[in-house]
Amino acid sequence: MSEIALELRGITKRFGSVTANKNVNLCAYRGEILSLLGENGSGKTTLMNMISGIYYPDEGKILINGEEVVIKSPRDAFDYKIGMIHQHFKLVDVFSAAENIVLGLEEQGRYNIKNATQRVSQIAEKYGFDIDPEKKIHEMSVSEKQTVEIIKVLYRGADILILDEPTAVLTPQETQKLFNVLRKMKEDGKTIIIITHKLHEVLALSDRVAVLRKGEYIGTVITSQTNESELTEMMVGQKIDLNIKRSEPVNPQKRLEVKNLDCKNRDGVKVLDNISFEAYSGEILGIAGIAGSGQRELLEAIAGLQHIEQGEIIYNDPKTEKSENLKDKTPLQIRSLGVRLSFVPEDRLGMGLVGNMDIVENMLLRSYRKGKSFFLQKKEPKTLAEKIIQQLEVATPSANTPVRRLSGGNVQKVLVGREISSSPTVLMAAYPVRGLDINSSYTIYNLLNEQKEKGVAVIFVGEDLDVLIELCDRILVIGEGRITGVVDGRTAKKEEIGYLMTNSNGGKDNE
Amino acid sequence: MNNNAKKTAHEPFLHITKRGDISTAGAWSVRLIAIAVSLLVSAVVVVLLTGYNPVQVFKAMFSGNFGSLSKVRTLFQNIAMLLCISLAVTPAFKMKFWNLGAEGQVLVGGLASAACMFYLKDSLPNILLILIMFVASILSGIIWGLIPAVFKAKWNANETLFTLMMNYVAIQLVSFFIMLWVPSGSSVMGLINASTKAGWLPNLFGQKYLINILIVAVLTVVMYFYLKSSKQGYEIAVVGESSNTAKYIGINVKKVIVRTMTISGGLCGLAGFLLVSGTNHTVTKDLAGGMGFTAVMVSWLAKFNPAVMVLTSFLIVFLQRGAGEIATVCRLNESVSDILTGIIIFFIIGSEFFINYKINFKSKHKEEK
Repeated sequence: MSEIALELRGITKRFGSVTANKNVNLCAYRGEILSLLGENGSGKTTLMNMISGIYYPDEGKILINGEEVVIKSPRDAFDYKIGMIHQHFKLVDVFSAAENIVLGLEEQGRYNIKNATQRVSQIAEKYGFDIDPEKKIHEMSVSEKQTVEIIKVLYRGADILILDEPTAVLTPQETQKLFNVLRKMKEDGKTIIIITHKLHEVLALSDRVAVLRKGEYIGTVITSQTNESELTEMMVGQKIDLNIKRSEPVNPQKRLEVKNLDCKNRDGVKVLDNISFEAYSGEILGIAGIAGSGQRELLEAIAGLQHIEQGEIIYNDPKTEKSENLKDKTPLQIRSLGVRLSFVPEDRLGMGLVGNMDIVENMLLRSYRKGKSFFLQKKEPKTLAEKIIQQLEVATPSANTPVRRLSGGNVQKVLVGREISSSPTVLMAAYPVRGLDINSSYTIYNLLNEQKEKGVAVIFVGEDLDVLIELCDRILVIGEGRITGVVDGRTAKKEEIGYLMTNSNGGKDNE
Repeated sequence: MNNNAKKTAHEPFLHITKRGDISTAGAWSVRLIAIAVSLLVSAVVVVLLTGYNPVQVFKAMFSGNFGSLSKVRTLFQNIAMLLCISLAVTPAFKMKFWNLGAEGQVLVGGLASAACMFYLKDSLPNILLILIMFVASILSGIIWGLIPAVFKAKWNANETLFTLMMNYVAIQLVSFFIMLWVPSGSSVMGLINASTKAGWLPNLFGQKYLINILIVAVLTVVMYFYLKSSKQGYEIAVVGESSNTAKYIGINVKKVIVRTMTISGGLCGLAGFLLVSGTNHTVTKDLAGGMGFTAVMVSWLAKFNPAVMVLTSFLIVFLQRGAGEIATVCRLNESVSDILTGIIIFFIIGSEFFINYKINFKSKHKEEK
């Protein structure tokens, strides 16, 4: 930790009336791993985008190796040996790894893919990456794609690597592998900045932690001298109890039975394969799995939005004690059967809500059909909107503000608020805390717990295994569209679930 | 250290940032400035071309619209027709169904009216004939709008190309019937029923076009409330914003597409009826005269709000007619009026950029080195 590789002085960036970064000072040394910690919306990515040439700062200076520089484009950033690995990969699907890596490079001499392949292999060997340079991107897993992105940056000779939430899409095992690679790079003298909001990863990996809160730089601490609660306090600005309460299920009854469910996606590829499980009233059933393993299709199949090839979905009505098969029913038909199924989809503004409509109009989505009048009745939804704003403490100028202008947490409160307002019997939530700050996340956990205590069968699709283990009564693990195991949330270990997530065949003996 | 890095650091000359929310007054002042600048630029162009005094040019523009009673009447008639077609395409565009076929839908509507006039002549009481024409036009417009809608709903066929192609079919159809109806083989059809005036919309209070204008005025109010307060209008908005959300809450997207295009096509057909029965009393290939496309712009500029569309259609017709008058007064050919309209519309559309974005120039004190 001798030389300063990168220094930021007084960086400010505004988007309209929003200040994303305000007077941020930061420095990173050679041969260290610096964590940039902050809640969603605290300006971490914006700050890093200014270093990698995507945005241009309104005020302030960037110094590389002690010299002031101007970075106007990603190309400039590469010239200064800065490389960023974004959260969303930017790769050409039909090209191989090596082809993607050399894409856009203007090297001397003729295009020589053999040479490039060799160099890619050398880099992989040096840092311990696991990669086949000739494999096509579309055949790769998410973690492999990420490896390609990292090598792409190294190939261009980057000395400063910025990784934006690299572990969000990885299993615990893959995360460990990535961390080992990063440590090797650090030994090689590279500067690594990793953007994250996961505390335990910060503590496990980094040398120092820089904290941002609401766009402002709070401070930098040495990792070995800090702990989770201190970091949380820096990040949120107040002390927070990080435990999720979990009550015992009361009088659980079979509410939903899924039997041998098969589904295909639009291209005719099987996305759900022989899925069978039960959801009980008064419990939270977690669903764990690598992103894109069929979680979305499963919830959409239950909600009547996904065509079912085979199998049954049986709903047991608690009042009439009748059973209904929901297969081949549209969402409207399911409603008219008296099934009170609420669904908080993954894509909040693209599916659950309409971003350009205000809160009242978004309440109308569920209720606009009421009554025989040709015209809309806005009174009831208006009352509901005001009730939700008050009870869930939604921060909004008014009930007539378009929801896209609200922050992620408030958008989710509006959506969850609407979905639980119809007093459901089954509540499905897909990644309900993704992108939310800590306070909002805990609000959502509490709401789910409340519903559970009311006797609702809650199905929770999550990505953070720590949360799944703390919140859920049972956890269903799926891999590649198959159930690979069902574990008890009270006794399960993270590693066990991680193993089941990647092992799509051998889960049977774990049941 | 950074061998290949640029040695001298230069701040970019300008960089563009997205604005926060601009106030309505601010947005309108940007638009007004844009219109003023566009008028200035058009004046400069005309002066350079002709050497006329710019004041004269603007005078011509004004007198072209308000110079005489008949000019005012035509002005309002043109506004009414453009507004009618704009109202027709609005529900489709609000649903993000790119109906570029208004031109063809108007044309088949007009053709249906002309056919009724040609074949039925004065065999029926005029009111009955007009009623039949009214229904026939609307039905033809509906058919022309429904064909692409059904293909879109059933097989997700691209509606942009489909509706555009339907325009050409409509044009050929009109040519065919004119050839069939005009014995001399001329491609121009004279006034139909010129002596009996059968199927002509009567003058109201002695005013030509007044019925057209009134019908469109009523339509504007109806469309405003349909889109804003009806359940169907709400469904259109949801489908337009996100078809995923629509499916999620159980809206039958296909049904909404078909229903909305029925309305859109039907109203285009109505415009065709008004053009033939209430305005031209004959049919030509140029019946819609590009209004089917101008209407798209009117609708977009008004952000799909029928009330604002009254203003935007006024603006566009005013500019077009003014530019036409300039061309006449200055003895320039018609292309000049197209050029002027182009300049003006360029500025109006371009102003939206400045409403959404802000340009930051290099700050002064840093420039001193």
